[in-house]
Amino acid sequence: MKRLLLILSLALGLGAGAVRADVAPEVLKGLASEDFDAKQGAVAALASVGDADAARLLKALSDDAVAVAGDKLVIVAGEQVLDAANGKPLKPAASPDSISLNNSLRQQVDGALAALRLLSADKTERLAAAKALLADMGDGAALLPLFDKALKQEQDGEIKTILVQLQAQASLSSPDAAARLQAVQTLGQSASPAVKALLLPLIEKQGDTFAEPDEKVRLAAQTAIKAIDGRLVWSDTAGQIFTGISLGSILLLAALGLAITYGVMGVINMAHGELLMVGAYSAYAMQALFRSRFPDFVDYYVVAAVPVAFFVAAAVGMLMERTVIRHLYGRPLETLLATWGLSLVLIQAARLLFGAQNVEVANPAWMSGGVQLAENLSLPWNRLVIVAFSGFVLLVVWLLMNKTRLGMFVRAVTQNRPMAGCVGVPTARIDTLAFGIGSGIAGLGGVALSQIANVGPDMGQGYIVDSFMVVVLGGVGQLAGAVWAALGLGVVTKFLEGWAGAVIAKILVLVFIIIFIQKRPQGLFALKGRFVD
Amino acid sequence: MQNRRSFLKAAVISASIAAMGGIASSAYAADTIKVGILHSLSGTMAISETALKETALMTIEEINAKGGVLGKKLEPVVVDPASDWPKFAEKARQLLSQDKVAVTFGCWTSVSRKSVLPVYKELNGLLFYPVQYEGEELEKNVFYTGAAPNQQAIPAVEYLMSKEGGSAKRFVLLGTDYVYPRTTNKILRAFLKSKGVAESDIMEEYTPFGHSDYQTIIAKIKKFAGEGKKTAVISTINGDSNVPFYKELGNAGLKAKDVPVVAFSVGEEELRGVDAKPLVGHLAAWNYFMSVKNPDNDKFIKMYRDWAKKAKLPKADTVVTNDPMEATYVGIHMWAQAVEKAKSTDTDKVIAAMAGQTFKAPSGFTLKMDETNHHLHKPVFIGEIKADGQFNVVWKTKGPIRAQPWSPYIPGNESKQKL
Repeated sequence: MKRLLLILSLALGLGAGAVRADVAPEVLKGLASEDFDAKQGAVAALASVGDADAARLLKALSDDAVAVAGDKLVIVAGEQVLDAANGKPLKPAASPDSISLNNSLRQQVDGALAALRLLSADKTERLAAAKALLADMGDGAALLPLFDKALKQEQDGEIKTILVQLQAQASLSSPDAAARLQAVQTLGQSASPAVKALLLPLIEKQGDTFAEPDEKVRLAAQTAIKAIDGRLVWSDTAGQIFTGISLGSILLLAALGLAITYGVMGVINMAHGELLMVGAYSAYAMQALFRSRFPDFVDYYVVAAVPVAFFVAAAVGMLMERTVIRHLYGRPLETLLATWGLSLVLIQAARLLFGAQNVEVANPAWMSGGVQLAENLSLPWNRLVIVAFSGFVLLVVWLLMNKTRLGMFVRAVTQNRPMAGCVGVPTARIDTLAFGIGSGIAGLGGVALSQIANVGPDMGQGYIVDSFMVVVLGGVGQLAGAVWAALGLGVVTKFLEGWAGAVIAKILVLVFIIIFIQKRPQGLFALKGRFVD
Repeated sequence: MQNRRSFLKAAVISASIAAMGGIASSAYAADTIKVGILHSLSGTMAISETALKETALMTIEEINAKGGVLGKKLEPVVVDPASDWPKFAEKARQLLSQDKVAVTFGCWTSVSRKSVLPVYKELNGLLFYPVQYEGEELEKNVFYTGAAPNQQAIPAVEYLMSKEGGSAKRFVLLGTDYVYPRTTNKILRAFLKSKGVAESDIMEEYTPFGHSDYQTIIAKIKKFAGEGKKTAVISTINGDSNVPFYKELGNAGLKAKDVPVVAFSVGEEELRGVDAKPLVGHLAAWNYFMSVKNPDNDKFIKMYRDWAKKAKLPKADTVVTNDPMEATYVGIHMWAQAVEKAKSTDTDKVIAAMAGQTFKAPSGFTLKMDETNHHLHKPVFIGEIKADGQFNVVWKTKGPIRAQPWSPYIPGNESKQKL
């Protein structure tokens, strides 16, 4: 009924020749009321008036800028306080106390605002309004006359397409079977789960009778749903593969440092997770620094955090190597215990420095949200950036290990330490540097993790098992193995999760690895040469 | 050798006599009443429980400043069970048999409460438990000042199903894999069925503790929501997994107005120091919000802020109050009132005096301890998360609701409804 009022006013020419009057006091009273139905009625009334005052008030409602000051309803616009009835500035009698909307009211306000703008002269505003309606309309049967009118006037192709769909959605409940049939056929072109959701009730049975009386429409709806399903399957699968790759890239970043320290150097570093933690806290520290010193560039703190995290984690790693680990080369059991002790020291240090609670690391604006590839497939920016970042880190590591003198020394020392020493390679210094590089890369992984997971003193504990899993599965001493193992584990885990749930998936993956390591203890890729024997 | 051994023996005996004497003197010549505080101050639960210890100390100081109880000052005995469930029982025994506390305020997780129960029963102690929980329990020695399922979970789902809450028809029950979410979801599933929601319109998912990759689950929710009818998510995810969950939700473009998520374990303290912008519009159900406006709450918040400054808590300028803190505050005051009424700190006399106690709580309502079931009558609030990590109350009950510790939706509880 309220919707109907809205339509009537819209269909009868928007605001044309309407007498300018302030917003009615009973509408304002409704908005200020605590009662949900009263508020809803007031919003509907505003939408039906549809003049400039009402539009301003709706806009203010959607911005959460409407407040009660004494007995008056006001709009708070920065420093200024405006009278909600006519938009004139006024001195509030009491301090404004903002009124609250809940989700369903907000949706109603947004829908009403969009409907008001659909006939706007500005093209971008029309497009935005049409898109907003697509998301917020709900059952739009009452808006049908508006769509008809807008469609007649519209010249722009993109807006037209959306309008046609809106029109079809709104005509689904039309009393005319032919109009419904046409609407269903139009909607069958879509690839949106929302449209499918609209069509599903048509083929549902209520008791013994179908909700949709006309059989032709039912059949058309069935075909349309099948067609939409067919399109959805592809994007669903693509989405699942992407989540797998994304998990894989995170596993890779977590494990790549370990692939050097454990895989290449043979040090069982139980403090590897804490090096990730050091990297993540570096990102947090950079964020705090940028917020206080360079607030204009705060969105780029992540970029600055990358080198900082590398060097801080590398320094911590080298310090660990110099003071503890180098005395324990060749004694894996002692190394294991000593590094575990180091990990506890690092966790406690983080607790003392930053407190026991998790700290907030916000995604910068350019890493928030996602890119919409299909109606039901949107890839989050933070994950896309991390996938790209892991590729970049991998490239750097590969270049470092294979194209530089340092990399050659590292390989030489790990393959045959006495021989490398004989030809003049400073083996002790190379060990320190190699350990530093591995630790620094763990630091880079920490920066990536800070963007998707919690940053807290014991965050590293959760990744140590996964990291060893990747390195062992890939084959000790192999970077390429780690890459394939990380991606494989990521995709397999995600498919299992989709099929059996997160808890079972975790168990299945561990069982799989146990069996795999029994059958093939050298991992996916075995290193040929003297190193393995 | 002989000499040294006998010397040792003598030393041990005299030391133990001295210790016993010490205990005896403190127990008899006491001009204070000892109050135990049993909250984890280290380990995983420290994040949440430390604030409850501070609240308890603050409340005890408030009562002492007004002259104490029965003319005696309260003396807090703080122990740290370190988030270690068996240690809770050990520390509880220490509080009861060594420190001889008159009452204990403590525990957070259900498993810690279950761990101390036998100790309190055996030694006839008194425990006040301040956290919302899954119900299915009623012990003589325990007073529950947090919410039972019908004081939090059920009203929240009713709100989601109402026109005001968006008339949700399909539900995702999402939780961490342990006893509280599983029991709560069992009750909710039965409740939804009783409201005519079909089995195919309910999806139940669990994740391990500390799970941080919610991509698959969000994709599943999206798909589920795309199969027609308004969908809502009921989250019993516990601890810091909530942060990646909400982050992923925001990035995947699932907005609160399309698929609202209502959480039972996310409060002001959990949102403190978290970027709350992606969470705006999602819901939480509690019996108290810091944003509730009334003089009692203003007083409570101010008192805690002053306390935080005085006790030099970390980040004292941003401290928040939350539901379990309010429950702790109410519990201590009610206990003090009951002791005054009973004119004794004897467990059985206090239990008898607790029945029907009332207290004007910061939530703005006068709460009453039920005459028979050891649970508080509490109001229910539904709040929407705001960008600053506070809650905007969008719905509340007209008055306090009586607790049903034995949910009527679980078969076998029919005979216990009178409790």
